[in-house]
Amino acid sequence: MRIRLGDIAHARSGDKGSAANIGVIARSAAAYAYLDRALTPDAVAAFLSNLNSEISVSRSLPIIRYALPNLRAFNFVLPTALAPGGSLSLRSDAQGKALGQILLEMPLEAPDDTCGAGFQPARTKAG
Amino acid sequence: MPAVPVLRIGNVCGFWGDAPDAPLRLATQAPDLDVLTLDYLAEVSMSILARQRARHPELGYPRDFLDVIRSLAPLWSGGRRLKLVTNAGGLNPRGCASAVAAILREAGCKLRIAIVSGDDVLAQLCNRRESFQNLETAAALAKLADRLVSANAYLGAAPIVEALQGHADIVITGRLADPSLTVAPAAAHFGWNMSSDFDRIAGATIAGHLIECGQQVTGGISTDWLSLPDAADIGYPIAEIAADGSCVITKPPGTGGRVDQHAVKEQLLYEIGDPARYLSPDATVSFLTLGLSDDGPDRVRITSATGSAPPDSYKVSATYPAGWRAAATLTIIGRNAVAKAQRCGQVVRDRLRRQFSREPQEFIAECLGSGDAARGVLGQRDDLTEVVLRLGARDNDKSMIEYLARQIAPLVTSGPQGTTGYFDSRPEVREVFAYWPTLIERDWVKPLVEFLEV
Repeated sequence: MRIRLGDIAHARSGDKGSAANIGVIARSAAAYAYLDRALTPDAVAAFLSNLNSEISVSRSLPIIRYALPNLRAFNFVLPTALAPGGSLSLRSDAQGKALGQILLEMPLEAPDDTCGAGFQPARTKAG
Repeated sequence: MPAVPVLRIGNVCGFWGDAPDAPLRLATQAPDLDVLTLDYLAEVSMSILARQRARHPELGYPRDFLDVIRSLAPLWSGGRRLKLVTNAGGLNPRGCASAVAAILREAGCKLRIAIVSGDDVLAQLCNRRESFQNLETAAALAKLADRLVSANAYLGAAPIVEALQGHADIVITGRLADPSLTVAPAAAHFGWNMSSDFDRIAGATIAGHLIECGQQVTGGISTDWLSLPDAADIGYPIAEIAADGSCVITKPPGTGGRVDQHAVKEQLLYEIGDPARYLSPDATVSFLTLGLSDDGPDRVRITSATGSAPPDSYKVSATYPAGWRAAATLTIIGRNAVAKAQRCGQVVRDRLRRQFSREPQEFIAECLGSGDAARGVLGQRDDLTEVVLRLGARDNDKSMIEYLARQIAPLVTSGPQGTTGYFDSRPEVREVFAYWPTLIERDWVKPLVEFLEV
């Protein structure tokens, strides 16, 4: 089935010097197992490769992926993605705060049982 | 109530500019709180403070902190035992401490203030300029050294531990690794050995990392933010740290926001690199052994952190001036709004080029709303009937940026019909500082602890 990453994961992003990082957390064990196969550094790089020059993923390749199975999470580090750095860049998102939201829009072709047992969908209503 | 004794540390300032009434609110909402921490210093904050100090030598620290002291003084004079640990000393911890002492004296508080300094290594970088390389690019310092306006080592928890063991009530430091503000009170309270208790120190480092950005761990900026209860009053975070270094992250009852495993995991991953080797001056921490569990409403327990010895050098954040910048926004409404906004950007760029016979070092025209902020990834729209145009430039020539700042308002009469939204006056021309990270051997840095009785 066609899904977006945000259907099965949540995220947070930010900066460290001129690098950006995006933490991606699966919402279930089945989603983590699927993302372990599907959310490769190359797949993330391909999705982000069109980002315009200021957050230049092409300049920052290769993207490094760290797995945190204990948290069902991955950390993607994009070295020099925010060059020349948060204080110099003129962009609205000079510190990469929105990269998590952007990555959650990544389309994925997932098996039907990807959500699996214990899946907690994104909450959108207060309470 | 938990069965094991814990130290309760609340963070009430995630950055310079955080809500100034948060410290008193949290202290009031959590009467059993032991320690307040306040983190004021981002990567380039020291450059702003350096400019401030050049104009007013008695300053060089965030003055907002003095309002916090004024707000808390009645608690202390009323007998409340609440320690406070902060890096609000900025470039001038002694100056900050004497201003704090004056306020406390007037309020009738009898407290012991500790001052931690020794983080300022600007002279070292200038004197030994051949020894330093940029941590990210490996570029040599030599040519740049004379332009540096600040260089500060990220000290660890040890000098704060010494201050607290010397019975300080308030500890004011300069540059320090953010999690060390939390590690130090825990280490002092439980009597940890800073050169061998690395698993415990790792646990407290995790706690510090989680609370250092204030409301970011209690629901702020979470992916599921729309579902937060009472987002207008998100509680500030409290870490309940146990003797083994494990902790519970929570917030005061009755406040908004949410502490759950979603929020805690997101903040664990915030601004980190290799999760097997999170580097702090107190320990090298692995996130890969952490265990998370629910511990009641708005309570998440974090256990099993593992640590090893810290790196043998301190990270240094140096800054130098890198020109001037200004940015402003206009709203463009009507048919072909995106094309009109793009043309407006071109008009301003052309005017700059005609006046100065060259392009600015950096220029930006973002059509916000059309997909420009994440161009090419999320859907690009060119059929909108309203966009916000954000124009900005950076250049070493201040007059060029001043010229730009005067070219934006005239678009209201010379630009396309439907140009509006020029609410603010001419944009401010600001000096920009670049960040230059490097490393310095520990032996070259001598943290100093001094006391001041009020």
